[in-house]
Amino acid sequence: MIQIQHLTKRYDGKPVVDDVSLTVERGQIAALVGTSGSGKTTLLRMINRLVMPTSGHVLIDGQDTGGIAPHLLRRRIGYAIQGHGLFPHRTVGQNIATVPRLLRWPADEIRARVDELLTLFQLDPDAFRDRMPHELSGGQQQRIGVARALAAKPDVLLMDEPFGALDPVIRAKAQADLRQIQRQLGTTLVLVTHDMTEAILLGDQIAVMDQGRLLQYAPPAEILRAPATPFVEALIGPDMRPFHLLSLTPAFRIATEGHATGTPIPRDATLRDALAECLWSGRDALPVEGGGVVTLTALRERAAP
Amino acid sequence: MTLRADRPGLLFALIGLAGLVLPLVQFKPNRIVPGEGVGLPLPLTALLALILLAGCLHWPHIWRLAGGLAGLGTVVLTLGGTARMLMDQAPDLARVAPAAGFWLLLLAFSLMLTDAVTRLRPSLRWRWLMLAGVVGLVVLVLTTGWLDQVSVMREYAARRDAFLREGAAHLFLAFGSLGLALLVGLPLGVAIHQSPAARGPVLSVLNILQTIPSLALFGIMIPIFGWIAANVPGAAQAGIAGIGVFPALVALFLYSLLPVVSNTLTGLSGVSPATQDAALGLGLTRWQVLAWVLVPLALPVLLAAIRIVLVQNIGLAVIAGLIGGGGFGTFVFQGLNQTAMDLVLLGALPTIGMALVAGIALDLLVQSLNRHTPRSA
Repeated sequence: MIQIQHLTKRYDGKPVVDDVSLTVERGQIAALVGTSGSGKTTLLRMINRLVMPTSGHVLIDGQDTGGIAPHLLRRRIGYAIQGHGLFPHRTVGQNIATVPRLLRWPADEIRARVDELLTLFQLDPDAFRDRMPHELSGGQQQRIGVARALAAKPDVLLMDEPFGALDPVIRAKAQADLRQIQRQLGTTLVLVTHDMTEAILLGDQIAVMDQGRLLQYAPPAEILRAPATPFVEALIGPDMRPFHLLSLTPAFRIATEGHATGTPIPRDATLRDALAECLWSGRDALPVEGGGVVTLTALRERAAP
Repeated sequence: MTLRADRPGLLFALIGLAGLVLPLVQFKPNRIVPGEGVGLPLPLTALLALILLAGCLHWPHIWRLAGGLAGLGTVVLTLGGTARMLMDQAPDLARVAPAAGFWLLLLAFSLMLTDAVTRLRPSLRWRWLMLAGVVGLVVLVLTTGWLDQVSVMREYAARRDAFLREGAAHLFLAFGSLGLALLVGLPLGVAIHQSPAARGPVLSVLNILQTIPSLALFGIMIPIFGWIAANVPGAAQAGIAGIGVFPALVALFLYSLLPVVSNTLTGLSGVSPATQDAALGLGLTRWQVLAWVLVPLALPVLLAAIRIVLVQNIGLAVIAGLIGGGGFGTFVFQGLNQTAMDLVLLGALPTIGMALVAGIALDLLVQSLNRHTPRSA
């Protein structure tokens, strides 16, 4: 659990992060969203003290991080950034092993951990362990960056625009993989993004920031249904609201008894996918794999606040 | 082989043919007065001309290499042989000095050789072996005594002990000033990398130092260090003096600072900010970031700085001879004073040789590091 209490950062008296308080529950994903200059990255970097707060506290599992030497604190917190920041002169294996080596794990444990992580990220250990970062594709480099951040089994993972450098197709896959791995490991994750779609897709909670202040901190559905300020509304984009809302629910949740023809949609396809399919194939109802149907009327009900 | 002209080969042939027309050696009654030119014997002239003309056509590179080697060997051995023959009946004061023809032929065949090596694109290991082979060949030719009757070697024979002493002094000046520059320049480069505000002033000062001509620098230093030696207790005992090794070392050190500091800064600045941010964010301390990430990644640029400084200082160390700092410059300035060109050459040739070997060796080192760092570090 991460508790951020009245955290403020001023540069030359000008607040960049202004009295922000929020709590991320254990095992949840908090997405910090905002335009550039909103202070979201500074807020993230104060959690692992890459930026020293001017005032306020950050507590991790109840312990005030201000009392820990910054480099020791950071070894307990995973950190992955845009453009991965891999060490170009070290192999994939050595990159992943960075924090375990700093923590002086035994060599065989480090080796086992590297292989375990490579496997977790669907990269064959024997093929990738000794490769150099520049020999990998962008998507693979990004996965190694996240694997490195997770190497010492941190309870908390911080990510700054981790998918920013990926093309849309690879990004969607990376987002889905991250979500799955985070659920599997139970890591508490704080993620900075400027992309509201990404925040809605990944966040259990979304923190919307503007000019250093926290405007709203709520689950995606609440942000969409009841944006706290016009800025939050603008950031969502009024034209996107119904679609974002639909994207939060999987199809099987609203499946009802009934009959529909045509190709069924997968159980965990979102309502947004279902709507798209209805429109495209000109159907009023779709069968869902494993039983039940989703009707256009039901979708319409779900697409409004 | 095709009958298309090889342009570099054409150039080498022009240089070499000019060398064949000009006298190979000067046969002088003594070491100071000019003498009469003596050319190559006709069969050898024909042989060398043949190699040079063949070089104008397209051949496999290995043949070109062989041609260059054969030409170089012939020219050097002929120099020694001609000197032996001429000196056989000549008085002891007479000298046989290499003349324009020799130098042009040496240049032409050296160019042919290096051109062939470049075109062969040998592996790093082969290039190291070639460097060692060339150095070994030079040492071998000199130790056999075949060239002993050549004027430069006569000068050497008269100064064997001084030559070794000045050689050691030269190396001390070049490597000592490099060591000092690294000792001061590396931390300074790291420091101005960490605090960008200091960059401008530090680099400006070093830039100004670099522009002071060496003679002017001595002019400034002689009174300053002289005064310090005379007035500060213990300074003279510590080796500080207006002339001699100390100001020479200081001058070379000052000239070395700019390349070392600016390359350190360039190397460190070349490391991507994301990499540094990730390193810090993962929990490396500032020193660990420096030792694990910044220095290994900046190493090729740092080695380039060492190469620049070493080659520059081997050459610059000659001016130390002017203020009694020792080194091969001693022979150069003695020779200039006596108008004895052979003595000048005795100082200049080993200096050039050392600079070439140091430059090539460090180039090879940088290349092997560029290839290996990603795997080993």
